[in-house]
Amino acid sequence: MSTGRFGQHGGQYIPETLMNAVLELEAAYNQYKDDPDFQRELTQLLNDYAGRPSRLYFAKRMTEDLGGAKIYLKREDLNHTGAHKINNVLGQVLLAKKMGKTRVIAETGAGQHGVATATVAALMGMECEVFMGVEDTKRQALNVYRMRLLGAKVHAVSSGTGTLKDAVSETMREWTNRVEDTHYVLGSCMGPHPFPTIVRDFQSVISKEIKQQVMEKEGRLPDAVLACVGGGSNAIGAFYHFIGDESVRLIGCEAAGRGVNTAETAATIATGRLGIFHGMKSYFCQDEYGQIAPVYSISAGLDYPGIGPEHADLYDRGRAEYVAITDDEAVDAFEYLSRMEGVIPAIESAHAVAYARKIAPAMGKDQVIVVNLSGRGDKDCAAIARYRGEDIHE
Amino acid sequence: MSNIQKAFAKGKAFIPFITCGDPSLEITEQIVYAAEEAGADLIELGIPFSDPTAEGPVIQEANLRALKGGVTTDKIFDMVRRIRKRTSIPMVFMTYANVVFSYRVGNKDGQPCGTEQFIKTAAEIGMDGLILPDVPFEEKGEFDAVCKRYGLDFISLIAPTSHERIAQIARDASGFVYCVSSMGVTGVRKEITSDVGGMVKLVKQAKDIPCAVGFGISTPEQAKNMAALSDGAIVGSAIVRICGQYGADCVPHVKEYIRSMKEGCRQAG
Repeated sequence: MSTGRFGQHGGQYIPETLMNAVLELEAAYNQYKDDPDFQRELTQLLNDYAGRPSRLYFAKRMTEDLGGAKIYLKREDLNHTGAHKINNVLGQVLLAKKMGKTRVIAETGAGQHGVATATVAALMGMECEVFMGVEDTKRQALNVYRMRLLGAKVHAVSSGTGTLKDAVSETMREWTNRVEDTHYVLGSCMGPHPFPTIVRDFQSVISKEIKQQVMEKEGRLPDAVLACVGGGSNAIGAFYHFIGDESVRLIGCEAAGRGVNTAETAATIATGRLGIFHGMKSYFCQDEYGQIAPVYSISAGLDYPGIGPEHADLYDRGRAEYVAITDDEAVDAFEYLSRMEGVIPAIESAHAVAYARKIAPAMGKDQVIVVNLSGRGDKDCAAIARYRGEDIHE
Repeated sequence: MSNIQKAFAKGKAFIPFITCGDPSLEITEQIVYAAEEAGADLIELGIPFSDPTAEGPVIQEANLRALKGGVTTDKIFDMVRRIRKRTSIPMVFMTYANVVFSYRVGNKDGQPCGTEQFIKTAAEIGMDGLILPDVPFEEKGEFDAVCKRYGLDFISLIAPTSHERIAQIARDASGFVYCVSSMGVTGVRKEITSDVGGMVKLVKQAKDIPCAVGFGISTPEQAKNMAALSDGAIVGSAIVRICGQYGADCVPHVKEYIRSMKEGCRQAG
């Protein structure tokens, strides 16, 4: 069995054509991850370019309204490009540059990772191509324009269901086509080893900061950390430094779509089974013959039939909980946070806000919940308006 | 001598790939018989997968057409049972890891399932080997060990990027080595620019095992050139394209095409 396992999950289930590329990536990552110069350069970019550390904001009105636990929002939405994705992209593109690569490719669902990749490619003078499901290019037209504006070439992927999973497949195909000068900037903590580890490490800055900030503000650890989960990069980033702190509940909020009892869902832990896809062994939504299910969620960023292998293992070990949030609940939370706190969350992040609304009232006033607000919701306004029966032109 | 070795015993082999159930399993069965009559030495039966990440557009679309038509792994097993009453031509399955790993795992009748059950059944119905393009050397153990137990050859692939990996892959290979001629995914290419001869040489240095070349081959001339450098040529997309073009009427067209490609291989010696 290969390296890069999280319990029974993970591994490197990829075509032979890509094996030397991932081995080379692993060697480069091992060389640079503890290199003080690399870390200094990355930290400087995270601080001066992306605007870290992101704020831990006490949501006073929401807390009072729900009448239970104190709610803090980790404001990843305030990062440059408007989401947590930039943390990973800065790390990976810097690494790619050190490896002598001149071109980066990426998949994107909601467009947040694509925009982050296009942004950092522009910053570092690299060629950039982004693959995005054709359905998502329609749902997220503004982000397509942003990527083009930043100099990236955007490919609309029409194969399969034309969503995130097809964008990942197509980016993998493109990588087998041209691997010598190209790095695949995978956007979530998924895919073949070493990607799940690399992405987690670059995102773990989130929980490192939360821990420090919550200690300053409350003098104690939080009782629960909530984050939305598609592939799971913002969640693993928000969980990572709390995994050893057993008193902290780690709660991943999956996209139930129209409900976990319908076919129109993307809740992998709730409805999936162990399988092998996109380079990893993990849980996937699939039929009895192992065909990957055409999943659905209102959120393009959570509309994925699998989950990262480390989350699958945290679930197996009972260390993290995974709950399913419907479209309706997420849209309600999207509107709720906008009115209550003047913060428009990404529809992805709204899944975590929705679960905070469910559990906070039953918790004590001395307890603390941290919701990772992984991205901002400007990109979603037109789609949510449509969901509410209002047609607005961007 | 294993059935797969027999495929390479009569000179340069021609190996067609067909997507099972495109346009229907009845036609797939007819194509197998026609391919054998046209001189095919070994047949790759593709079990469709919803998300075939190593395939170009032609085979991707064939996979989706077949699945839309209601093809399942069990129906393909039944087709093989019918085929095996008429011919013993060497045949291997080509599919993706999850089709094997998750075989009938979701069934509600409590029947045996998963990798072991897939491979056991494949062996029982008379298949000779298994190719999983998303299972590299590092991950093959969980499949290869079961294949060995049931007498199936787990086929290893090498690629233009494999370099120093070729020796370890070849040393541990069974049946034949599938030499991927080009970067990228399956599909027709005007030119094959990789050093296929060099790759085959590295295989042979490590182990005396047949080596067949696939990816990008579509003309008799290419088949001849690739077969000259190796023990045979594998063709997928060009055949699947004919199936897509002619639908239920594709059998004579596929047969004629295979005849011409086998002739190309013959000319290679």
